[in-house]
Amino acid sequence: MNTIATLHVGEKGIISEESLDNIPLKLLEMGCLPGTEVELLQVAPLKDPMYICVNGSHLAIRKETACQIIISKLN
Amino acid sequence: MSKRIKVALIGNPNTGKTSLFNQLTGLNQKVGNYPGVTVDKKQGVCKLSNNQTAIITDLPGTYSINPTSIDESIVLKTLMSAQKDEQPDVIVIVADIENLKRNLLLFSQIQDLETPTILALNMADQLQRKGISIDIEELEKELQTKVVLMSARNNEGIDELKAEISNYASIKTVTNFKEISKKIDKSYFEELSKVSDKFSMYELWMLLTKQHTILLSEEEKTAIHFFGHDVSQQKKYQHKETIYRYQKINSILKKTYKLDKSKATDLRSKLDKVFTHKIFGYIIFFGLLLLIFQSIFDWASTPMDFIDGFFADISMYTKNNLPAGMFTDLLTDGIIPGIGGVVIFIPQIAILFLFIAILEETGYMSRVVFLMDKIMRRFGMSGKSVIPLISGTACAIPAIMATRTISSWKERLITILVTPFTTCSARLPVYAILIALIIPDTKVFGFLNLQGITLLGLYVLGFLAAIIAAYILHKTLKIKSNSFFVIEMPNYKVPSVKNVLLDVLEKTKAFVFGAGKIILAISIVLWFLASHGPSSFKDAERNVVENVANQGLSENELAQKVASAKLEKSYIGIAGKTIEPVVKPLGYDWKIGIGLIASFAAREVFIGTLATIYSVENNDEDTSTIKEKMASEINPVTGEKRFNFATGISLLLFYAFAMQCMATLAIVKRETKSWKWPVIQLVGMGALAYLSAFIAYQFLK
Repeated sequence: MNTIATLHVGEKGIISEESLDNIPLKLLEMGCLPGTEVELLQVAPLKDPMYICVNGSHLAIRKETACQIIISKLN
Repeated sequence: MSKRIKVALIGNPNTGKTSLFNQLTGLNQKVGNYPGVTVDKKQGVCKLSNNQTAIITDLPGTYSINPTSIDESIVLKTLMSAQKDEQPDVIVIVADIENLKRNLLLFSQIQDLETPTILALNMADQLQRKGISIDIEELEKELQTKVVLMSARNNEGIDELKAEISNYASIKTVTNFKEISKKIDKSYFEELSKVSDKFSMYELWMLLTKQHTILLSEEEKTAIHFFGHDVSQQKKYQHKETIYRYQKINSILKKTYKLDKSKATDLRSKLDKVFTHKIFGYIIFFGLLLLIFQSIFDWASTPMDFIDGFFADISMYTKNNLPAGMFTDLLTDGIIPGIGGVVIFIPQIAILFLFIAILEETGYMSRVVFLMDKIMRRFGMSGKSVIPLISGTACAIPAIMATRTISSWKERLITILVTPFTTCSARLPVYAILIALIIPDTKVFGFLNLQGITLLGLYVLGFLAAIIAAYILHKTLKIKSNSFFVIEMPNYKVPSVKNVLLDVLEKTKAFVFGAGKIILAISIVLWFLASHGPSSFKDAERNVVENVANQGLSENELAQKVASAKLEKSYIGIAGKTIEPVVKPLGYDWKIGIGLIASFAAREVFIGTLATIYSVENNDEDTSTIKEKMASEINPVTGEKRFNFATGISLLLFYAFAMQCMATLAIVKRETKSWKWPVIQLVGMGALAYLSAFIAYQFLK
């Protein structure tokens, strides 16, 4: 199963509908919605936190949150 | 003249909301407090036209009406205030054209509260460069409000915005929530709206999800309580609400917003490659820190010397020109030095805040938070704790206030508790004089100054103590708290001089009036304790005069002897004597004991107090004479110098660790809303200070 945490820097994915309940409300409100594209832009050492771009928002989230957001990878 | 229009500015962080506020109000601002909470309330007056003015309130930046930090919770509290006069007549949502979708979410939430809401699209000057085109007319129709294109930085569109504010009464109030609630769970929300007829369905939904029931009557409370049970259902519904809002926004933007992707520049990604790099990112950050501290020392020393001299002169002048008496003493020995003790810190604090404001304005600070988060989390803190810990090297008070952005309570609490370990500017004068006394002024390896290295070592010691204490707290504090963390990485931009300067001004004012009050009050109390005493105090002068009658002392020397004897017999002298048995194992006598007590006003008072006790000539804090006096003090038991290496190190350690600042304790009480934490801080840091000073002295003596 792919999550934002399994992306490599530069890769993109689509956030899956099934992870809706796992996405914290605040992240949802900041644009991290099911069905939208997410790109991993940069990671700090040990891949935590992760710097993503989703729906035009550039955000840094912790790996523990990234793990819970299921995606399907785009090539 | 018609009544003043009450305007609330609301918007996402980094949308230029503060620039707009500064543009609308100029220097016509004041910072107050919201009732019951400690978040600063920024208000200003704006002239809309010849016969109309507005009071503008700048609310804290937030992404949503649903708060995750104290700052953000203010927005909803203001909009739903119980007092009608607190509620705004019209709301201006400031949005960034580049991130319109996310900004419109906040707009749609706020609009549902049914107050006239204007949308101000900021940074309009960048539309072309970013390849964005917006159909304003269509957008106004879809959102059923007025939309103003503007650029706060270039002063464009401000007049149009002012005109719309004047005309706010023509904007009709809208609610989308009825429609949304039907999609989520029609019967649930219909039942909810029956709870009270004073509030709309959406307002009740807000009251329910925030558990903010004070506004309701007892009967209504019972009714809403029924809905409060199923929190997971509420969460689900909040998720759904957000999805539906975004669906609507997407359909609106499809009709009104166009982005030409070929025009997009990748300056951001290029800069990010460097600033968030796994190695270079850290090198740049620590390099910047070094540069900042170097500059603070270089730039602050001249104004600090000036302030020091200036207040000594005023004190002297007052003494010489007012009739002698208690009031003059209060003025010259209590109030004036007390104010001087506050003002002296302004240069260092202002310079540090200048750097922090610049780093925040450019967008670089978010990159530091990103780089440091994992490391800080090992110690129970957050990447966002870096800013308070850096600020703490100026003064712990604004630093502790800067922790408000940390949304996890545990991470925030730990940051608050350990910040006072960082070497604040009040410790510096104490360090400087003690180092000069006990560390030889020699070079090691040919170029490094040993005294300088010791000072650097004390800075490192402060940071280490903070980090280790944080680790211990992290492992022992049993607080369950959501560790959810998200930070926006804003676009890089050139900082606006006006914004930076106003920010520095505001924070410095917060220090002067927040900490200043307490430092001044304690200075006055200490002055009283040092200039009054029981019956033996009154005899002190006569005794000295009789005892030394035959020694042929000059008038000056006699006056010093009298002052010294009086201090010994005063209340504070008695206190010093009382604690002598306690501080003796640390290598201190009752005189140093007085200095320790006096340090509770501000640590640097230690020097001034010792100066009085050792009756230094004309008490103008001239370091060399204080130093000489201190160097010649003899410990009567050992016959050695009082300030030998062992006592000196013991004192340095004591000042590095002890929580000796009443003003900080008061702020910690305010921010944690309990006496528990400041007491823990006082006792814990005091115990560490005592123990380390004890070990150092016993080992070195």
